[in-house]
Amino acid sequence: MTSHFLLLVFFAACVAIVMAVLQKDDRAGQLRLALYIAGGFVGAALALGWVLYPFPL
Amino acid sequence: MPAPVAVAPPPAVPPLALCAVGWLVPGAAHLWLGRRDKGVAFFVVLVALFAAGLWLDGRIFPIEPSEPLVALAALANIGIGVPYFIAWALGLGAGNVVAASYEYANTYLIVAGLLNALVVLDAYDIAVGRKA
Repeated sequence: MTSHFLLLVFFAACVAIVMAVLQKDDRAGQLRLALYIAGGFVGAALALGWVLYPFPL
Repeated sequence: MPAPVAVAPPPAVPPLALCAVGWLVPGAAHLWLGRRDKGVAFFVVLVALFAAGLWLDGRIFPIEPSEPLVALAALANIGIGVPYFIAWALGLGAGNVVAASYEYANTYLIVAGLLNALVVLDAYDIAVGRKA
């Protein structure tokens, strides 16, 4: 697999699931937190990708 | 009059044995504590992350004291427990530095071990009554 985006999504999903299951005890809370963490990972990566796009100048 | 201090119930399982089992098999400590769903989730996700790291040409780092960062990565790799030793015994994790996924795979292998350490600490906290 060479899609960096899919590799990123898989990593974000795995980390988000573990963190959410650690932090929350109810299923709905776990799902919400996992989506929040995974979305944060992917969103931050995309945003940083665009910010860094012009570099090196 | 001082406020009453909450006393944690005595641990039903020996915490250090719990940590050892949790380290060797991801999620096993939570299973031992009766948290079946959490234990299964940890096992599936952490083993999948470690296996994906191996499949994507990641490297299991050697314990190399002269290279501190490599040694730290090796310690993180060992954090996953039995899957690490299985991979080592099968000769997996040689790493392919020219593979496009090499750095991702190394991150997978390292983070799987570190997350398992976090899971073990969580189980310890539950066992000694620090966490409900």
